[in-house]
Amino acid sequence: MPMDVAIIDSGGANLASLVYALQRLGAKAVVTDQADVIRAAPRVLLPGVGSAGNAMARLRAAGLHTVIPTLTQPVLGICLGMQLLFASSAEGDVGGTDCLGIIEGRVERMPASPQRPVPHMGWNRLRILQADPLLDGLSDADYFYFVHSFAAPVGAHSLAVTDYGAEFTAIALRGNFRGVQFHPERSARPGARLLANFLKL
Amino acid sequence: MKFREHRVVGDILELAQRYRDQDADELVFYDITASPEGRSVDRGWVARVAEVLDIPFCVAGGIRSVADAEAVLNAGAEKISINSPALADPALIDRLAARFGSQCVVVGIDSQTTADGYTVYQFTGDPNRSADTRRETLSWVREVQDRGAGEIVLNCMASDGVRNGYDLAQLGAVRAICSVPLVASGGAGAPEHFAALFATHSADAALAASVFHTGAIAIPELKQYLLAQHIEVRT
Repeated sequence: MPMDVAIIDSGGANLASLVYALQRLGAKAVVTDQADVIRAAPRVLLPGVGSAGNAMARLRAAGLHTVIPTLTQPVLGICLGMQLLFASSAEGDVGGTDCLGIIEGRVERMPASPQRPVPHMGWNRLRILQADPLLDGLSDADYFYFVHSFAAPVGAHSLAVTDYGAEFTAIALRGNFRGVQFHPERSARPGARLLANFLKL
Repeated sequence: MKFREHRVVGDILELAQRYRDQDADELVFYDITASPEGRSVDRGWVARVAEVLDIPFCVAGGIRSVADAEAVLNAGAEKISINSPALADPALIDRLAARFGSQCVVVGIDSQTTADGYTVYQFTGDPNRSADTRRETLSWVREVQDRGAGEIVLNCMASDGVRNGYDLAQLGAVRAICSVPLVASGGAGAPEHFAALFATHSADAALAASVFHTGAIAIPELKQYLLAQHIEVRT
């Protein structure tokens, strides 16, 4: 069975839940940090847990920081992987971290308060701003599972936003690159639908 | 002490699927005898659970090192929760947060109400080893956040197993000094108890076990009840 999707290994743990989610959809995924495998894949997922600094260091070490922006097939960043698509992130040492620069803007830390604890963890709905095949069959009524302390700004790239104290980009789009701040692999039926939509792009 | 008699409630895979189908928002798997018995959680079942679950789940019990946590997270768990090992080695929280990020690191706190306030207990999974740590709950809550905990599950021991409602006074006191998500545990006996917890903003999420395991409260009905009380829940 040919590979349906390459999952970029950007370090950190917890790729298993994504692999299992794709398995449940009948898709064959390969976890890799090999540039030639990634280039040849029909679709590419860029997941990420841990910090932006660590993840970018891993991508640089594998030479992928220059490969990913040149990909032409559908690419989906998940959680930190979505944040890495932006120009930079405030996460990391003084001055933050330079990211992949595919989408303009800087990822910032979410302000914490007793009313709005951070990390933002939980199920939230989206406000969909633009139609996209990734959102086929999904609507503002669907809940998705978020776990994050940093968030991407709202802009022309925003396919959907979510409100947590302030609005942030929940789904980003730039050309063949998409990113979701939430975890589709942990978002029950709506998450499975979104991944199924991605596999059809 | 309200949790000296633990019951085996059935095959975890079957339970996991049942709660998934009932729209539970998150599952926590406690291997409560792991720490008292000095063993780590067996991770074979973690992968089997991860294969079928499409909602987040957390694994607790006997995680004493970065390697223990990594094994559980690599098997597909979303988060790990530590309790007794954090009390024995508080710097474990720092190491886990640095390696995996705060969002993965849950600290469970068993807190008992005393004449002087609230006190943290350790090894509550074993009636013979359960002991007062002489740590004051509020100062431990502050410390675990400073060390990088991304979520706190506060189990209020005085109300646990009694089913008379969550300890709103204690949870409110902790909520006031907590800038990470706070999960209430201990005391749920009726849908009204969940509504009171959320209406008073005493916690960000409610955890319950026995009322769900026994079928005393069904999750879909609970969610419909909360919606009718104008509390937003995922359905």
